[in-house]
Amino acid sequence: MKFGVVVFPGSNCDQDCFYVVKDVLKQPVKYIWHKDTELDNFDCIILPGGFSYGDYLRTGAVARFSPVMDSIIDFANRGGIVIGICNGFQILLESGLLPGAMLRNTNLHFICKYVYIKTENIKTPFTNLCKKNQILKIPIAHNEGNYYIDDDGLKSLEKNGQIVFRYCSPDGDVNKESNPNSALANIAGIINREGNVLGMMPHPERSSEAELGSEDGFLILRSILKWLGSK
Amino acid sequence: MVKPEVYRSLGLSDEEYKRIIDLLKREPSTTELAMFSVEWSEHCGYPRSRILLKLLPKKGKYPTLIGEDSGGIIVDDLAIIFKMESHNHPSQIEPKQGAATGIGGIIRDIFTAGARPIASLNSLRFGPLTEPYNRYLLRGVVDGIQFYGNCLGVPTVAGEIYFDESYNGNCLVNVMSIGVAKKDELARAFARGVGNSIMYVGSSTGRDGIGGCSVLASHEFKEGEEKRPTVQIGDPFTEKCLIEATLEALATGHVVGIKDMGAAGLTCSTSEMASVGNSGMEVELQLVPRREADMEPWEIMMSESQERMLVCVKKGKEKEIEKIFSKWDLHAVVIGKVTDDDIVRIKDKGKVVAEIKAHSLTQAPVYDMPYKKPAYLDDLNKLDITKISEPKDYNGVLLKLLGSPTISSKVWVYEQYDHMVQTNTVTLPGSDASVLRLKGTNKAIAATTDCNSRYCYLNPYKGAQIAVAEAARNLVCSGAEPAAVTDCLNFGNPERPDRFWQFKNCVEGVASACKFLNISVVSGNVSFYNESIKGVVNPTPTIGMIGIVDDAHQVCTQYFKKEKEIIILLGISKEELGGSEYLKEVHGQVKGDTPDLDLWLEQAVQRTALDAIRKGLVSSAHDCSEGGLAVALAECCISNKENMVGAVIDSLTFDARKDAALFGESQSRIVLSCSKKSVHKIRDIAERFGAPFQIIGRTGGKELEILVGKRKIINLSVEGMFERWIDSLQSLIMA
Repeated sequence: MKFGVVVFPGSNCDQDCFYVVKDVLKQPVKYIWHKDTELDNFDCIILPGGFSYGDYLRTGAVARFSPVMDSIIDFANRGGIVIGICNGFQILLESGLLPGAMLRNTNLHFICKYVYIKTENIKTPFTNLCKKNQILKIPIAHNEGNYYIDDDGLKSLEKNGQIVFRYCSPDGDVNKESNPNSALANIAGIINREGNVLGMMPHPERSSEAELGSEDGFLILRSILKWLGSK
Repeated sequence: MVKPEVYRSLGLSDEEYKRIIDLLKREPSTTELAMFSVEWSEHCGYPRSRILLKLLPKKGKYPTLIGEDSGGIIVDDLAIIFKMESHNHPSQIEPKQGAATGIGGIIRDIFTAGARPIASLNSLRFGPLTEPYNRYLLRGVVDGIQFYGNCLGVPTVAGEIYFDESYNGNCLVNVMSIGVAKKDELARAFARGVGNSIMYVGSSTGRDGIGGCSVLASHEFKEGEEKRPTVQIGDPFTEKCLIEATLEALATGHVVGIKDMGAAGLTCSTSEMASVGNSGMEVELQLVPRREADMEPWEIMMSESQERMLVCVKKGKEKEIEKIFSKWDLHAVVIGKVTDDDIVRIKDKGKVVAEIKAHSLTQAPVYDMPYKKPAYLDDLNKLDITKISEPKDYNGVLLKLLGSPTISSKVWVYEQYDHMVQTNTVTLPGSDASVLRLKGTNKAIAATTDCNSRYCYLNPYKGAQIAVAEAARNLVCSGAEPAAVTDCLNFGNPERPDRFWQFKNCVEGVASACKFLNISVVSGNVSFYNESIKGVVNPTPTIGMIGIVDDAHQVCTQYFKKEKEIIILLGISKEELGGSEYLKEVHGQVKGDTPDLDLWLEQAVQRTALDAIRKGLVSSAHDCSEGGLAVALAECCISNKENMVGAVIDSLTFDARKDAALFGESQSRIVLSCSKKSVHKIRDIAERFGAPFQIIGRTGGKELEILVGKRKIINLSVEGMFERWIDSLQSLIMA
């Protein structure tokens, strides 16, 4: 299975994603420069975290105009697996592949720490190895992770099972105290209606090896591999 | 004839001006004068410190590399390159941009050496947070570090923050960067090969930061001066692109040499690259990308605009280099060439505006500065301990210390820094040192910064030795062999003999401790003139130290892991209260002598702890520093919030007053915890190395209890201690 990691100017988790796929998941992986448009050889595209174009405008607002994004939209529309992590999630929102928008964290600070998320939908290419409501320990690192969508949008996400991850306490309570950035309905990750595009703020690539403090994020990568293998 | 007020305003003395005329055998042009002023400033040329800096050892237990702009050590086939630098004055004026550009500058020093930056650390000093301006400074500096460092994708993994009245009016912002390269792929900062091209890469040149290093960094603050325009503005996105483009360009093999344009911008990079390469250089300023119209030649030469580099490229390979930089949307323009004389020749529209022998610019005058022990010191060192009343409420004292801004948790700060990007951070911030694995090897490196400047104020020589010893102790507690040092020496006006005496003693202290511990000093920075109308800063020789963990799985952290383990104290608690946090916070006094340091004892304690950790015998290891043994034990209980473990300390023996034993800051002490079956093995190791060893209690419960004899003098819940320690800093900042 071939993975592609997109590199925008200012991406800074691209090498981490590349490493985890190649050396931990042990799958073939290539970088995709943001001006490249040829994606035919890939099975899964990763939009990594970072500060594309410095995030000097709204996060992801410039990156979505990169030439590669038209190809990624086509790839997704054809059913290809796309995962956007952190800044990658923000770019997916800006490009319209996922609904909603990101606001600044309510404390107006960058937040880097381990959090807990609850896996609400396990019938996805990204979570099929998780147990229903499994709690994952996984780090966040962002300025703008305060997810927002209007009432109708939220209802639609809920109804269609598009909310994959919610911030929760170590025991699984989805409450205000365990919501690091005040995201609407504790949303940490969502998929599109078709289920092949995931955006999430926490970083699975940072929690895929025991020596880094958690392997829970690796479940997400292994789920993708399993899904692709069974296709 | 140049008027004295002109060269004096550039920071040059009358003697220095005469020397310039002697060297040139004529009057300098405005551009030349500007170039000399920056190259001979303390910031670039080290005229007042150079004699003493020669004392610092350049050899240690690991092979040492000394580069032009940074240094490092060799570990197997890797070079670990690191350096610390100050950005004090810019941060005092404009904290966010001051700190941000400090990070930018130090990281450029690392990747111009061909190393990929893998971590940043910072060591910060402010006046008390009761002053609104100090709160503004702390918030601004933290904001600058997160703004710049997070965007770059270089994790900020460790650091320290101290508060002291001496930093009112002059905060300290010391930033350290660490990079890794294959040892045979390092780059040099020189220009060589007649006819090779000189390329300018990165951002365009503006009027920001003109005179930053000569005017700002090399003079003390006086009242009512407006210096904001001399602070540079940082653009981390451009720097991130510059990192990637530079490393790509270096990998082509077409780059002869490369240098960052930091302090003194084009002046520094042209003259130093020519000088190191024993070459000449000719540059046309009209080819320099500029962001403002009508810039004068001297302005272009002095500008400290950020995110720029000068590259010497093999003739004929310019297009390939240009292609790499333009892929990252960066300028890459040929602005000159290497010549066969030893002259730096700067032209503007073809007309020569400066023509100076490269060596005469880079060989700043050397001053042997007079020094004198400060008159106040003898009195200050006298402390009659019998006049210090012993506390009635030991619980109250411990809580007060845990809530003091210097000791309290820095979580509010480090959670704003991305400390995990690059997925190497094995030990996260919040322990004695952070540990980073080296991907592709079994090894890891540990890094820390340290300096208790109150000790250095009371006794500069011993205080500086302690800074080295404590940094090494922190690394040992995380499972690393202390390997090498970068130092950032922050002092007052060196032209004043009492300040220079502090500097001299601190340098000698750092040198002697490093020699004893067989650790080389690979790089560093001197920052003088850290004073204002509010006074002079405490002498602050900040030590950045790197240690090597041979097996990345044998790392250790400071917090207790589980119940019913044995707690051991290595070292001796003496009756020492001088310079302690306890004496200051509880008794309101800064007095006495610093604690003693016996380097043989220090070494015995460190070797014992490291050997025990490497043999897998130790569950936790934590050094005793500010706040003494009681604070160290409390931190062992509370610094892992997901698993806080209490302790009962019921067999502590000491030959001192109770408050000295618990809160005094005797050096060379480490608290270990281990399983029952490991105890005798650790005792054997301690005996072998000659380290004092005592079992002082056991872990367990939800409280920290400390008994002296049969009397319980401390009895606090871990929750209560945690709350005081975790929230204190944030509530002071938000006040």
